Amino acid sequence: MKIDRQQLIERTYARKHPSAYIRVGLDTGGIAAGASLLYDRLKALVNEKHLPIEVEQVGSLGLSYLDPVVEIQSATLPKLFYGHIQPEMAEELLSAHIDRNEVLDRHVIARFDPDTRSGQTPAPSGKAPHLVFVLDTDTDENDKTDFILFSLREEIKRSINTNPPAVIRALDMRLYNKGVVVWIPHLGITYTHVLAPDVTRIVHQTLIKGEAIEDLRFTSPERQNRIVLRNCGLIDPERIEDYLAVDGYQSFAKILFSPSSDPILDELKASGLRGRGGAGFPTWLKWKITRDVQSDTKYVICNGDEGDPGAFMDRSVLESDPHSVIEGLLIAARCIGATTGYFYIRAEYPLAIKRMQKALDQAKELGLIGKDILGSGWDFDMKIRLGAGAFVCGEETALIASIEGKRGSPSPRPPYPSVSGLWGKPTAINNVETLAGIPAILQMGGAAYGTIGHEQSRGTKVFAVTGKVRNAQLIEVPMGTTLRDIVYEICGGCQGTAAVKAVQTGGPSGGVIPEAKLDSPVSYESLKDLGSIMGSGGMLVMDENDCMVDIAKFYLKFCVDESCGKCAPCRVGGYQMLQLLDKIARGMGEATDLPLIRSICVSMQNASLCGLGQTAPNPVLSTLRYFESEYQAYIEGGRSYARKMKKLREGGEVVRIP
Amino acid sequence: MNTIQAKINGMPVTVPAGTTILEAARSVQVKIPTLCKHEDLLPTAACGLCIVNIKGSPKKPRACCTPIENGMEITTHDEALTEVRRTVLELILSNHPNSCQTCGRNGSCELQTLAGDFGIRRDAIPRFVRELPEDHSNGSIVLDFTKCIKCGRCIEVCQEVQNVWALSFLQRGINTRMAPAGDITLAESPCIKCGQCAAHCPTGAIVENDENHKVWEALKNPDLHCTVQIAPSVRVALGEEFGLPPGTNLTGKIYTALRRLGFDAVFDTNFSADLTIMEEASEFVERFANGKGKLPLITSCCPAWVDFMEKYHYDFIDNFSTAKSPQQMLGVLAKTYYAEQKEIDPSKIYQVSIMPCTAKKYELERTEEMFASGYMDVDVAITTREFARLIRQSGIDLLNLPEGEADSILGSYSGAGTIFGITGGVMEAALRTAHYLITGKNLPDDAIEINAVRGLDGIREGSVTIAGNTIRVAVAHGLANVDKLLNQVRDAQAKGTPLPYSFIEVMACTGGCIAGGGQPYGISNEVRRQRIAGLYQDDRDCQVRFSHENPEIKKVYADFLGKPLSHKAHQLLHTEYKPRPLYQK
Repeated sequence: MKIDRQQLIERTYARKHPSAYIRVGLDTGGIAAGASLLYDRLKALVNEKHLPIEVEQVGSLGLSYLDPVVEIQSATLPKLFYGHIQPEMAEELLSAHIDRNEVLDRHVIARFDPDTRSGQTPAPSGKAPHLVFVLDTDTDENDKTDFILFSLREEIKRSINTNPPAVIRALDMRLYNKGVVVWIPHLGITYTHVLAPDVTRIVHQTLIKGEAIEDLRFTSPERQNRIVLRNCGLIDPERIEDYLAVDGYQSFAKILFSPSSDPILDELKASGLRGRGGAGFPTWLKWKITRDVQSDTKYVICNGDEGDPGAFMDRSVLESDPHSVIEGLLIAARCIGATTGYFYIRAEYPLAIKRMQKALDQAKELGLIGKDILGSGWDFDMKIRLGAGAFVCGEETALIASIEGKRGSPSPRPPYPSVSGLWGKPTAINNVETLAGIPAILQMGGAAYGTIGHEQSRGTKVFAVTGKVRNAQLIEVPMGTTLRDIVYEICGGCQGTAAVKAVQTGGPSGGVIPEAKLDSPVSYESLKDLGSIMGSGGMLVMDENDCMVDIAKFYLKFCVDESCGKCAPCRVGGYQMLQLLDKIARGMGEATDLPLIRSICVSMQNASLCGLGQTAPNPVLSTLRYFESEYQAYIEGGRSYARKMKKLREGGEVVRIP
Repeated sequence: MNTIQAKINGMPVTVPAGTTILEAARSVQVKIPTLCKHEDLLPTAACGLCIVNIKGSPKKPRACCTPIENGMEITTHDEALTEVRRTVLELILSNHPNSCQTCGRNGSCELQTLAGDFGIRRDAIPRFVRELPEDHSNGSIVLDFTKCIKCGRCIEVCQEVQNVWALSFLQRGINTRMAPAGDITLAESPCIKCGQCAAHCPTGAIVENDENHKVWEALKNPDLHCTVQIAPSVRVALGEEFGLPPGTNLTGKIYTALRRLGFDAVFDTNFSADLTIMEEASEFVERFANGKGKLPLITSCCPAWVDFMEKYHYDFIDNFSTAKSPQQMLGVLAKTYYAEQKEIDPSKIYQVSIMPCTAKKYELERTEEMFASGYMDVDVAITTREFARLIRQSGIDLLNLPEGEADSILGSYSGAGTIFGITGGVMEAALRTAHYLITGKNLPDDAIEINAVRGLDGIREGSVTIAGNTIRVAVAHGLANVDKLLNQVRDAQAKGTPLPYSFIEVMACTGGCIAGGGQPYGISNEVRRQRIAGLYQDDRDCQVRFSHENPEIKKVYADFLGKPLSHKAHQLLHTEYKPRPLYQK
């Protein structure tokens, strides 16, 4: 069934949301945590009991540390997000939340409503019970939470007779190291560092009179800004009607009938958007160059060959909001005048591939892809190509070779793909994140998007924060946010008692940034100055137990394994450097090894053909820059030192490395 | 044509648009080191040695694949660049066996030369070489994978220039290796033995199968009567091994050297080239003028091309000239006609051929027709490079030798025979004789040189009018060029339209035999031109420029063979073809 332009603009096929629903986050992370079983159980229970509530699937909200995540909207309670809902809790969840109108203790994700669009979900009825959430954000111990919780309940019992608020222990406050936090959702108030004497004030001044207590109040604005992730975890990725309901394909509909592609380029130029794959080339310029090359055949490619260890930005977007990527690619294709588009997705992402294929089928069925799209006379087709697992195929010339059926090795540039790419035709290659953001940028206006950001790096960036961090998750923050804010404020600092030692950005192409430099803002330039790179958005947090020689070895080993082997500096240089690092880590290092490592680094940076080889020395160089003493300790300490270090680490002790 | 103006090391350069920095630097006598870029091939950009600085650019691009642009200010050599190059070189050396003395490329290795130039005197980086067995499966070429520096030249030439696709890269990272695609042996692969991989390899990873020991064994055996033949193009290339410029004709000195080596009779493949022309031109006249057999007639004297045709284009078997190559014709005559004349037991004759070609080794046993004399017609074929070593081993001062003569039987040649070594030469020689066979008259002096088929363009077309008939001919060299020609013929055959050509010459190697896989190293188009010029000069210097006027040819037909295409000629001088599978495994 094809739709026409008018039907698209009027959102004729947009799905109306049910008044009551349970949404389960079914992305790869969620499924690994049991979300799929949970979804099946919830569905079975709802059918069995004929409950007036819809069970739906959505993608990922990015809160990996809270998986499985569930969103519930019922007639009688405000909309809430639950985390850590194991499959066996399905019955309990339904009976508590639906039957008894009670909120589950220790499972609410407080202070969280990523859905900034208005009118999508009905407001809870006025009779909904008031809720107060409490959690100690300093530690995972329960003592202080219990004390404040108990005190609040007692005081409420004493002071409020009609419709007393329920006091509930939250699962996560999305605030860290702020003492005991109290959140009162119906008043939109958050208190931090709440101590025992504050309990009376909170009850009397705030809950009874509705006044805020300014000295306790936490008013910092939300640190995240979900533009690329705007729909992730909120819509069903397998239903195009859901995407249509959130202004999906509106940007495309608008530009499709524009006689010139200049306005798109103008908007993108104003937005300052640069490639989110890591290199940061201005998107508008890439599109303009490709557009201006005369050719009857042109291609657009979406690079979904995400391969950095610990990175899952693209996977999450492809699994959670595939239509936004399709729309981005359609806009790119229309802008440059492409005839065919390819999604290059790594085969290790089966769910992303399945959802993307489904999304493509749906878009084709509605006539958004194919012949004479929406009656515009423009023909455009899209296909999926699977990557066979080579990291280097994320490099654009290697990716093109892979699509062409050749060995995935990079080739020299120029000619750039914009001029001569796939099958020798002009080709624009954009990363998943870049494309997913574009419909939203055109909706909000390039200038508005351009107001977000830092110096030459505009807009927002998605990061996958993992490692020794307390809350591993996917975040989207404005450029310019400091690394410290990301690590401590958003992600809660380190797990356990060890302190943060360093943050690694940019995956194997990036570098290690020491704790002392965490006040640097996140931008293409500042990260480069620190000896790292923005990269595609992997961010690995390391604590004091992590040995920097090991870290360098780990990342270098990755590049050595993934080198295509074409050019000598990368193929042999990486391997030989790894041998030297291994020698040092075994306590067999010599004084001459560090200068040799440095000269191999320089030759790899300068003489490697592609980005993989040119950036592979970054983890080594940056650890040498900030933590040379650790290398020296191994060289001077010899084998006994190496043995001692190994033993201590294996014993799980905190080892303060000099 | 647009020109580009830029500066290299402060010197102004003006070059055509599209010129790479590497080429532009050569125009101002600046040599940028490289181990992977070869003039014949597209850049593989593998070695990383040719990096340069461009003012205003943070990166160091590769000179081999970066086109020079207007206003660029390029530095090709400075301390930092040299330091990076040295480290890259040390890295390559650290992954390369330290076995120069026992290597087939000792003294001619590009890696060895660069290491010497950079003054590398110790192993700065510990050596790591993965053990891999050598591939001796194919009698023409030996692969030593451990010496491969993964420059990609052999693969580029095998896939893109020759369209054979026998070699490829396998695995990745430090385990990346060049090998026959599918990790089979070379003998099991579609390899056509042309040896262009060996000719382009910068190191000893791919070399010819050295068979000099067989020659020495034969020469020292008093029971054997050793005879030898030298191919047309050997005479204008051998001098390069001894420091002479390409194209220097050493025919007389080579004859003397061969006699000093101990050969009992010295023949010249140019003689049998004339014989091939007699048979092939007659065949052409039969097909063209008398309508017996299929057109276009396609030449078959290149064994690599024959192997390629049998593997990739066997639908053209009926179009192939059945005339054997000069090497085999001479071999069979040596063990029949010569043996009869000299009253020697042919079983005691040991026939050595000196060829510019590795595929000639394969041709010796290609089919049972190669044993037409009742014995193996040619016993061993060695390449020009092996021959140079043979001379050095025997202490012969080649350059100062007196000029000698070939034996007066199977030794004289015409100018038509000597140009066999050049792309287009077989065609030209055949047309000279075909003209005579059809009209009874020789081409006039000013038309002997048929310029339409000369030159180095990959495909050349022309037409020759003989007795009012226009003969359309085409010449192709470098096997990737053959597909296009043959597809035109296939199209015409399918549509029933007139054939685009009546006669096609194909040589596997770019430039023909003068640039064969067994010739001295350092091939380039300039070297090709000089070797070609040497043979064309030999043609002009010949008293006789038509194969049918070679007195010894006349004699061999009168005394022994009867006439071209006679029953005896068919028995001894013709062969057959059959389709062969691409993969033997």
